[in-house]
Amino acid sequence: MNFETLLQTLVFGFFVGSLYGVAAIGLSLVFGVMKILNVAHGELMMLAGYVSYFVFSLFGIDPFVSILISIPVLFCVGLLLDRLVYRRIHLLTGEAKIKNSLLVSFGLSLILQALAIQFFTADERAIQASYSGYSLTLGGIILPYTRLISLFIIFGVISLLHWFLQRTITGKAIRAAAEDAEAANLAGINIQRFYMLTLALSAALSGLAGSLVIIGYGITPTVGVVWLLRGLIVVVLAGTGSIFGTFSAGILLGLVEAISSTLFGAASREIVGLVMFLVVLVLRPQGLFGKKG
Amino acid sequence: MNKYRMILVVLLAAVLALLPMLLRRDDLINLAFMVLLYICLGQSWNMLSGFAGQTNLGHSAFFGIGALVTRWLWATLELPVMLAMILGGLAAAAFAMVIGVPTFRLRGAYFAIGMLALGEMMHAVIAQVLPFNDTLPVQLIAGYSLAMRYYVALILTIIILGFSTWLLRKPISLGLFAVREDEDAARASGVNPLYHKLFALALSSFFGGVTGGLYAYHQVSYYPQSVFGGNWTLDALLITYIGGLGTVIGPVVGSLFFVALRELFSSIFASFNLVVFGALFIVIVLAFPGGLVELLRKFQRGR
Repeated sequence: MNFETLLQTLVFGFFVGSLYGVAAIGLSLVFGVMKILNVAHGELMMLAGYVSYFVFSLFGIDPFVSILISIPVLFCVGLLLDRLVYRRIHLLTGEAKIKNSLLVSFGLSLILQALAIQFFTADERAIQASYSGYSLTLGGIILPYTRLISLFIIFGVISLLHWFLQRTITGKAIRAAAEDAEAANLAGINIQRFYMLTLALSAALSGLAGSLVIIGYGITPTVGVVWLLRGLIVVVLAGTGSIFGTFSAGILLGLVEAISSTLFGAASREIVGLVMFLVVLVLRPQGLFGKKG
Repeated sequence: MNKYRMILVVLLAAVLALLPMLLRRDDLINLAFMVLLYICLGQSWNMLSGFAGQTNLGHSAFFGIGALVTRWLWATLELPVMLAMILGGLAAAAFAMVIGVPTFRLRGAYFAIGMLALGEMMHAVIAQVLPFNDTLPVQLIAGYSLAMRYYVALILTIIILGFSTWLLRKPISLGLFAVREDEDAARASGVNPLYHKLFALALSSFFGGVTGGLYAYHQVSYYPQSVFGGNWTLDALLITYIGGLGTVIGPVVGSLFFVALRELFSSIFASFNLVVFGALFIVIVLAFPGGLVELLRKFQRGR
């Protein structure tokens, strides 16, 4: 194998890794702030993918523009899910809260999957825009325009999120709630409200991720678990608390997968991340998601 | 009361034993088989996740290993099927013991997602290693009898439920409950959590593997990766939670409900049963942790 092929593989690994990063940031935000493990995150991405797909195929709206629709739609879905379901777990603490959130979101992902199969059929959907086939070639390395635009949008959104959490009053309240919910409550922060906002933000991020997935890759009703596992691996690698840290871990996973698929064949792609995941999980029990649980 | 109960048990046993003759229709016997299979699956999951409180999201790995090993010993090496199933269960338990020590360093939800990753990993590996459809040899298809499958399933169900009832009367079950309720408190009062968890895992994986063997015995043809599918874990979890986590009767109620609802909806709205199960599951986790069994009991007491 020559150097150019390797570089090309790494570039594609980088692109897919940036999506792993966005998926993981959404998971990590909810886990870090609310101590809720939302395994329905992959299904929210799936839902967003279908929003983009239908907006494109019914109204001919450009897939990148459709993000402006899928993000608010998923934001509202997040608000709704918090009111209907997750709010009932907020009162629990510690281990019981994480476990119950895991179970409840497991049930949710089951419902969303079944509804998607029923209404959207099990066929794989992807969006072919008029510019999908075009790409930039740099020294023999192919950089598809769709992937470049995706990467650009991802950088924009996570920088915005970083600014929001670090600089605005609302963001600071969210971080305070993450650090110590009780103390934040005593300081006059309405925890329930900021939890709701956090879940909605996480869902909005899954909206972005899902729309980008359907542009570059493809969506089926059962695709959620694939992205969820990638997201969990990244969260375990990175811990919570740093958006750019999580994003870098996503890129890392994308690169490792790309390298292993060239070395050991495409099949190892599915397995290498899971092996990494288990090793990190077992070597650093308790300490994985940042703090001691 | 006891006499009344005895008569009931004898009647039930007679009906179950004669069921293939009573039903006479293959599709109905098959449904009865599925109910029994799901009882075994749910109860095997319940031993680790219900009795010892370690939510296992990778049970499909044990089910799959049991299925593959049983299938190989029975169909290729022509061992008697019961023996093949037991060996399949032992293979699953051996695998479980190897992965048990490292994965039990994880607690609660971390154990759950660790096992989820392990189950998915096994699924991906098997899909790569054994991609082809596995069909029974001709002579085994020629002698295929559904009633026979039903009786093997019935025997296994009786063994698993009988064993669980017996287990819950033994002192070791108190150790399991102690670990479930509070691991640190259990350790402080002299219960070794790792030992108890491994014990529950061994039982759960063994019976999960045997149940996988039962499925391999029932299927004329299947893809090896299908027995490692996450649906086996998910079904076990739904059945046990909806019936009643940590009880012997829970998976029985859950399984009857599961198969009945699936049949009811299959003609109207294919995946609607999963929507109902998912919703019911969420309600049960949030509001009625005891499941349907607890609800029925409350209803009885209220009357």
